[in-house]
Amino acid sequence: MKIYVPRDSAAKALGADAVAAAIAAEAEARGLDVTVIRNGTRGMIWLEPLVEIDEGGARHAFGPVTPADVPALLDGTLEGLGKVEDIPFFARQTRLTFARCGLIDPLDLDAYEAHGGLAGLRRAIALTGQQIVDKVKDSGLRGRGGAGFPTGIKWQTVHDAEADQKYIVCNADEGDSGTFADRMIMEGDPFTLIEGMAIAGLAVGATKGYVYLRSEYPDAIEVMQEAVRIGRARGFLGADVLGSGRTYDMEIRVGAGAYVCGEETSLLNSLEGKRGIVRAKPPLPALEGFLGKPTVVNNVISLATVPVIFEKGAQHYADFGLGRSKGTMPIQIAGNVKYGGLFETAFGMPLGELVNDVAGGTATGRPVKAVQVGGPLGAYMPPSKFDTPFAYEEFDGQGGLIGHAGVVIFDDSADMLQMARFAMEFCAVESCGKCTPCRIGAVRGVETIDRIAEGDGGAKELLVDLCETMTDGSLCALGGLTPYPVLSALENYPDDFATRKEAAE
Amino acid sequence: MSDPTLPETMAEIFARHRGQEGPMLPILHAAMEAFGHIPEGAVPLIAEELNLGRAEVHGVISFYHDFRKEPAGHHLLKICRAEACQAVGANALTERVLAKLGIGWGETTPDGRITVEPVYCLGLCACGPAAMVGDRVIGRADETKIEEALA
Ligand SMILES: Cc1cc2nc3c(=O)[nH]c(=O)nc-3n(C[C@H](O)[C@H](O)[C@H](O)COP(=O)(O)O)c2cc1C
Ligand code: SF4
Ligand code: FES
Ligand code: FES
Repeated sequence: MKIYVPRDSAAKALGADAVAAAIAAEAEARGLDVTVIRNGTRGMIWLEPLVEIDEGGARHAFGPVTPADVPALLDGTLEGLGKVEDIPFFARQTRLTFARCGLIDPLDLDAYEAHGGLAGLRRAIALTGQQIVDKVKDSGLRGRGGAGFPTGIKWQTVHDAEADQKYIVCNADEGDSGTFADRMIMEGDPFTLIEGMAIAGLAVGATKGYVYLRSEYPDAIEVMQEAVRIGRARGFLGADVLGSGRTYDMEIRVGAGAYVCGEETSLLNSLEGKRGIVRAKPPLPALEGFLGKPTVVNNVISLATVPVIFEKGAQHYADFGLGRSKGTMPIQIAGNVKYGGLFETAFGMPLGELVNDVAGGTATGRPVKAVQVGGPLGAYMPPSKFDTPFAYEEFDGQGGLIGHAGVVIFDDSADMLQMARFAMEFCAVESCGKCTPCRIGAVRGVETIDRIAEGDGGAKELLVDLCETMTDGSLCALGGLTPYPVLSALENYPDDFATRKEAAE
Repeated sequence: MSDPTLPETMAEIFARHRGQEGPMLPILHAAMEAFGHIPEGAVPLIAEELNLGRAEVHGVISFYHDFRKEPAGHHLLKICRAEACQAVGANALTERVLAKLGIGWGETTPDGRITVEPVYCLGLCACGPAAMVGDRVIGRADETKIEEALA
């Protein structure tokens, strides 16, 4: 009998290690032949630790399981959830990027291959660099890190650049609150990311790659480092990738706790060992990136989606989605939510359906007041905007952004003035310091919001002006987009900004 | 005050990282691992190894939240302050924890046991409030779970 207990850090944070240990001990005491497999998560965090039992054939799910449940689990008397694939939250998804996550032991390369892994890389090896780039263009894949820039066009620039050395850099800095897709795929299916980076290397002629992985993710760091070691030992990475005669190798590098290092030029400075100050563009990183060489910088999910595009075909991928938002997006549902976790679906689902239907509303059972989409630089969306389809242009049209697709739900106890203040405070703490409107403006922003809270209604106008200055005068999106959460809070929740005098009137 | 093993340890760290592209952050992380902070005495050694000025090395160290100039307490407790955790009561939890320990953000208890620092997202946003003690992650954190992890 095989028993799956996730090693994902969200599962661990909810006690998965203790459950795995209890299962091993109980099985041993009973003399049962049990193999405990530590898989990735299936993404339904409210059910973690989610344990699956496979007695040859179907996998039966149980969760959330505690160590005290283990005897009943092994007796067969614990009430189960049936098959994971039949749980509505899971059944409604289209899993392309996350197809294997939670199914297999993340570090079992044979299981990876048995579930479709390496098929994409093998196809890519048979193609020229230009053909690979063309397929990525055909898929319609856009950057999942935030800006949504077409991945194939970025690769074309690096492909066309002449240089003795080029690089693939994976942005695994995932600093946005409410996001964890990068973490989950790195902990649950790391070879997918490595395969995507190898395909990128073949496409543009880069022989070396780096993953810049935030230090807040010790579990992901461990899994990725081990996966690279295994990849090298098995000839998937190195001087002769899968016997193709082509070279691609990579290293995992650990960040040091700076949000701004998720910005690609700041990241490159950090990778080079400098302060993570944002660089002016041009030059584009695609032409002068890491150590001044042409460099592809892509988000984890962008790169981890490449293998399935080659495995299943660019058109297959492009057939999902809405308008110019093609394919699927692993949406992360978080905060005050009943059914939180990772929900991969084709672009286009209305926000309200996600929040109320898929996610079941708030955990507290109180009404939803606001949903912040796209991390700390994303707008607060009120329920009146819930018909907005989840897609790049559609969110842009509502003064928002989907960013890395984090959806953070707040109930009616949230104080939106305090959330606006926090956005300014976060910008002040994390500013790289290069532009005055960001570095100083954010500090003034906190003070101005405090004045509003103390009853100075006139300060609201000042806040709007300040936001305008930040938008116009900031080099990168940290200073440039902090006005999104601030102004959306101010516009959509005027009552929270009403001074005591106004409220009394 | 200065650790007599410092030059030897740093030399060993440098040897491990020679040939790497952009070795500064890996070296600083290794020094953190070895000493629990970046000792002042390591700065000139790093500057010499990487052919940089001391001011430049200081500049890098001070830019990143992770690199400490002083050792932390025996346990480093990080509590998430970011939005998704705030949505499930992280602020109130933090206030209670800090009040009980009698310290503020970034401070260490007088007995040197616990340092508390803010962190902005641990990727545990669907099971917040989130916290971390060392490398151990805590979901749906409350005072009891945090106390257990600090035991
Ligand atoms: C302040 C700031 C933080 C960012 N953080 C991240 C991040 O954590 N991960 C990420 O992939 N992109 C982040 N980005 C976007 C990157 O600059 C860049 O657009 C992205 O890595 C490109 O990859 P993609 O095209 O695959 O999305 C951030 C941007 C800014 C301005
Ligand atoms: S907007 Fe802020 S974070 Fe971005 S470059 Fe300017 S100072 Fe740095
Ligand atoms: S200092 Fe150059 S844009 Fe702000
Ligand atoms: S916001 Fe707290 S873990 Fe992500």
